[in-house]
Amino acid sequence: MKGRAAREEHAGVEVEEVKLPGVGVRHDFQTLSGRRVGVISHRSGRHDLLIYDTHDPDSCSEIVHLATDEADTLAELLGAPRIVERLASIPDHFAGLVVEQLPVTPGSPYAGRTLGDTQARTRTGASVVAVLRGDRTLASPAPDFKFEPGDYLVVVGTPEGIEAVARILER
Amino acid sequence: LSSDGARLLVELGAVIFSLGVLGRVARRVGLSPIPLYLLAGLAFGRGGLLPLTTSEEFLSEGAEIGVILLLLLLGLEYSAGELVSNLRAHAPDGLLNIALNITPGVAAGLLLGWHPVAALAMGGVTYAASSGIAAKLLSDLGRLGNRETPAVLSLLVLEDLSMALYLPILTALVAGVGLRGGFLALLIALAAMGTALLVALRFGGAINRLVFSDDDEILLLRVFGLALLVAGIAALLQISAAVGAFLIGIALSGRVAEGARELLSPLRDLFAAVFFVFFGLTTDPSAIPPVLPLAAALALITALTKAATGWWAARRVGVGRLGRVRAGTVIIARGEFNIVIAGLASSVEPALSPLSAAYVMLMAVGGPIIARIAEPAAERAFGLTRRRRPAPGPALPAGEGQEGGDA
Repeated sequence: MKGRAAREEHAGVEVEEVKLPGVGVRHDFQTLSGRRVGVISHRSGRHDLLIYDTHDPDSCSEIVHLATDEADTLAELLGAPRIVERLASIPDHFAGLVVEQLPVTPGSPYAGRTLGDTQARTRTGASVVAVLRGDRTLASPAPDFKFEPGDYLVVVGTPEGIEAVARILER
Repeated sequence: LSSDGARLLVELGAVIFSLGVLGRVARRVGLSPIPLYLLAGLAFGRGGLLPLTTSEEFLSEGAEIGVILLLLLLGLEYSAGELVSNLRAHAPDGLLNIALNITPGVAAGLLLGWHPVAALAMGGVTYAASSGIAAKLLSDLGRLGNRETPAVLSLLVLEDLSMALYLPILTALVAGVGLRGGFLALLIALAAMGTALLVALRFGGAINRLVFSDDDEILLLRVFGLALLVAGIAALLQISAAVGAFLIGIALSGRVAEGARELLSPLRDLFAAVFFVFFGLTTDPSAIPPVLPLAAALALITALTKAATGWWAARRVGVGRLGRVRAGTVIIARGEFNIVIAGLASSVEPALSPLSAAYVMLMAVGGPIIARIAEPAAERAFGLTRRRRPAPGPALPAGEGQEGGDA
């Protein structure tokens, strides 16, 4: 039996999850170039960034301790889900603009069709700035971007504009 | 203040202050402070350099609270779910650990012609690794992310869990209940542990809501009070006060456990230090030199048996040879619980305390040293070239000195 390692897929990368009793959780995975990297999430909220040794793959050649805000910054630099959080703060800066997430339901006429087909921006003035699919964030979708049922659109616009996009998606 | 009261304050102040000085020395050289606390206790005890006159009784009460806090905080480290899943996944490692590391102590006790109960206590002294020292080593040496580390932590968890059975049995046997009484104690302990785990898993949320408070002071008083209460009841039921506190620690989880860990840690540090001093205090310093050779022999044997346990546990999760060496050597150090065990049974055999004190002092000092030098030594022995950290880059311009490694 190989420990209590649980494996799960994250955006096509096989991530191994191991519980560290009394400490927290470790996640790690192998990169295409053969290096192993990981993160320990301490119960205290601190994170350790791990880079495994090439000679002795059981040990880490580097451990970088990250405080909570430092871990957030690193995650932000690496992109992905944080974009949405940053968008959420837009209304503070631009009065009158709202960010909303709208679902593409299986019954939506645009499930399986492209962003361009909706003509959302021309018809409503609101913009689709990102699409959330599973736990990935696909930023700035192009007009030929094809929606799938279960997608969430991140829409920026006036409340009326967003309402209009929601109606388009529904019928 | 009466003159006795004043004397008590002076003595306590002097003892605790000198522990502060010793603790600083230990930090400086990167060692566990436990051996120094024991030495201080020896110096302050009867036949020591500076015998105390009035504070022994107070220290004795403080020592009992120290044991309770040690086990309460240990229980707070783990949730019931963690304990159960570790027990399922790593039971063979735990059993090997018991077989390999209790045996040397028991054998030594029996060979010395001790009462079997004292021999069983000596088995406990050689059995438990110091989870405190091991956890500190793992983080100091940057090994928390290593692939052998989960196996090491699981071994420590199971050891702690086995204490919940071992301590009640030993307590009952020391009280002179005989084999049948010991068996009964085992059943009661099993029932108590089962109940605590079940309650924690089923009603953990309700208990935590009952105890939780946003106010630090109230949370501290509630958790500490609850632990003392349950410890006292457990002692009345003959299942060791320490185990009662441990089970309460397990039953508490989430925000309560997090808050209580933070609030109670300083209190634990203080009273645990008092406990180690008190153990030294009640040990006759002149009895130590004669048992030193035996303690050294036991230390050597149990360093090997512990290393073998860690090696095996790491191998079972597919870790390579170097990792197995690291896993084995990081758990060699003995410390807090070995002294707790010796303290429980010191009345049965007068030689138990000096032998345990000498043994723990050797292991608490030697264990971390072995853990540090084992990896480079093994690399050389296995014919692997040294690599570790990448070679330092070109010298940085003045004023941009390279950052030191982990403190």
